[in-house]
Amino acid sequence: MKVVVLIKRVPDTASELQVAADGKSVVTGGLKFVMSPYDEHAVELAIQLKESHGAEVVVLSAGPPETKEIIRSALAMGADSGILVDTAQLGALTCRGTARLLAAALADLGADLVVAGKQAVDDDAAQVPERVAELLGIPHASVITRFELSGTTASVDREIEGGQYTLELPLPALFTTQKGINTPRYPTLPNIMKAKKKEIREVPAAQLGLAADSLSAQATTEAMTLPRQQRLCRVIEGDNAQRVKELVRVLHMEEKVL
Amino acid sequence: MSVLVLLEQRGRLRKCAFEAASAARDTARAAGVPLNALYIGQSLADETAELAGLGIAQVFACENEALKYYSNDAYVGIVEGLVRELGAQVVIGSASALGKELCASVAARLDVDLIQDCVSCAWDNGLTAVKPLYAGKVLSTVRLTGTPAMVSLRPNVVSVVRDESPVPAIVHRPMPEVSLRSVLKAVSEAAAGVVELTEAKVVVSGGRGLGGPEGWPVLKELCTALGAALGASRAAVDSGWIHHSHQVGQTGKVVCPDLYIACGISGAIQHQAGMRPAKIIVAINKDPSATIFKVCDYGIVGDLYEIVPLLTQELKETL
Ligand SMILES: Cc1cc2nc3c(=O)[nH]c(=O)nc-3n(C[C@H](O)[C@H](O)[C@H](O)COP(=O)(O)OP(=O)(O)OC[C@H]3O[C@@H](n4cnc5c(N)ncnc54)[C@H](O)[C@@H]3O)c2cc1C
Repeated sequence: MKVVVLIKRVPDTASELQVAADGKSVVTGGLKFVMSPYDEHAVELAIQLKESHGAEVVVLSAGPPETKEIIRSALAMGADSGILVDTAQLGALTCRGTARLLAAALADLGADLVVAGKQAVDDDAAQVPERVAELLGIPHASVITRFELSGTTASVDREIEGGQYTLELPLPALFTTQKGINTPRYPTLPNIMKAKKKEIREVPAAQLGLAADSLSAQATTEAMTLPRQQRLCRVIEGDNAQRVKELVRVLHMEEKVL
Repeated sequence: MSVLVLLEQRGRLRKCAFEAASAARDTARAAGVPLNALYIGQSLADETAELAGLGIAQVFACENEALKYYSNDAYVGIVEGLVRELGAQVVIGSASALGKELCASVAARLDVDLIQDCVSCAWDNGLTAVKPLYAGKVLSTVRLTGTPAMVSLRPNVVSVVRDESPVPAIVHRPMPEVSLRSVLKAVSEAAAGVVELTEAKVVVSGGRGLGGPEGWPVLKELCTALGAALGASRAAVDSGWIHHSHQVGQTGKVVCPDLYIACGISGAIQHQAGMRPAKIIVAINKDPSATIFKVCDYGIVGDLYEIVPLLTQELKETL
């Protein structure tokens, strides 16, 4: 069985972000980059399948050359090999283009299972894996919190507001992972050493033979701003009874949020 | 040319369906084109009247017992077919758990870009939308140039504004033939009376400051007094005190209530991302130097086990 994990390089969630001088992008210089946290759950799921079913685990990412660092992290968790679709020579990619690149790279891999995080925590786009499934013509389920395999059928729990669906899908299929499905492991030192020798194949995006208009953006950023953050920061003083009374009064009478 | 809004249902039409319709009506008006709606589900019949006042010309209803529950295999083709048939210029859905999946698949079928989870959209010689990035640390204004232009709208952000427009005409759609690859085995829904975090008007959240799961009953009483949903910090979730579906933050839920009450939460940047859209933020924390006091509207420095029960009591007496 072959499992392909789609991962993305994103700024660390602890990052303080600034809008660049062009007013349309975020300053990335000086930021620390990591694997998107939901993708770690997908990598963990794949490695567990390696342990339980002897699956081969391939990590696939589209991004700039630096993306190799997070592919290496996935290899250190236990994945077998990596593929980087190098997008350095491409212009701005939207989800439509990214999904086409990933689907093209997946085309001849013969994956039985494709897994990815439920969304990347930079653009929060929540659609690239679903698009990939559509392009590959395989069924999928998003935001899963349980995965079980019996034969070539996957049984999953898919989160919805206040509840869940339990679904069965035949492989090959694609799933996106949500927190709760597992606890991603930390790489051990021996595994970090081993990862250094594992192969990361680099595929220039141009080699995938996609027509320019299938990668072109149909969404353009006109402006980026930081949300207005004017909070009152009023600390209410007095004894407990007085403070609670005053809090309820302002919320009720002044802010009218009760 | 027209705008098409996708009406989400889970048994009944969901609140986010009306929100999307309200936003879609304004977009269609500005573009000078009619608004149509698509309903996929078991039966719309007794809910049609609720679609008055939203400027919907026609509601296309694909009704069948087999469509009661969302099925990607069944729903995507229905939406795609109607969008193509109508030549819709704009498609607006809901950025709910199921809505996001539906929109992503439909956008892929139509081969157009899609902006998910927008907080607003507008017509200005084309569709523009405001999309939070990095869980809302940055707001981006995006122009969509594909046909159709496709967005999904975040629930609980747009308010439903009704006008004089009549109940829309219903156009029944035949049930298409679908072969289901994915089979729904079971559905579990929230217990009645449980308020969904992302749709709540008030959210009360607890963090590591609770000291253990024994703190939840104290917060739940406050929730009951306020009709609030219960949230949590990642520290509380990762300690195993509560299910991850309660987590608020960059890797949890982004909530947009009128009032957010953070109890025993320090205010880490990832947590801030989840609570930022709240209109008013109240912090209860025993450490006066906690970051949360720099990002809240009202703060009480004190032990949550003393303050919260008093607050619950006071609310019961006042409201
Ligand atoms: C990749 C990544 C993603 C993350 N995503 C999220 C996320 O989505 N959501 C999230 O919340 N965090 C997230 N975090 C974690 C975040 O960085 C913080 O660690 C976490 O929010 C801290 O939770 P806390 O405020 O409950 O705990 P702490 O930071 O430990 O704060 C506890 C607070 O409780 C106060 N306190 C203690 N006892 C009492 C008492 N009796 N009464 C009143 N106050 C008391 C203390 O003064 C303290 O301020 C993420 C971290 C990473 C690395």
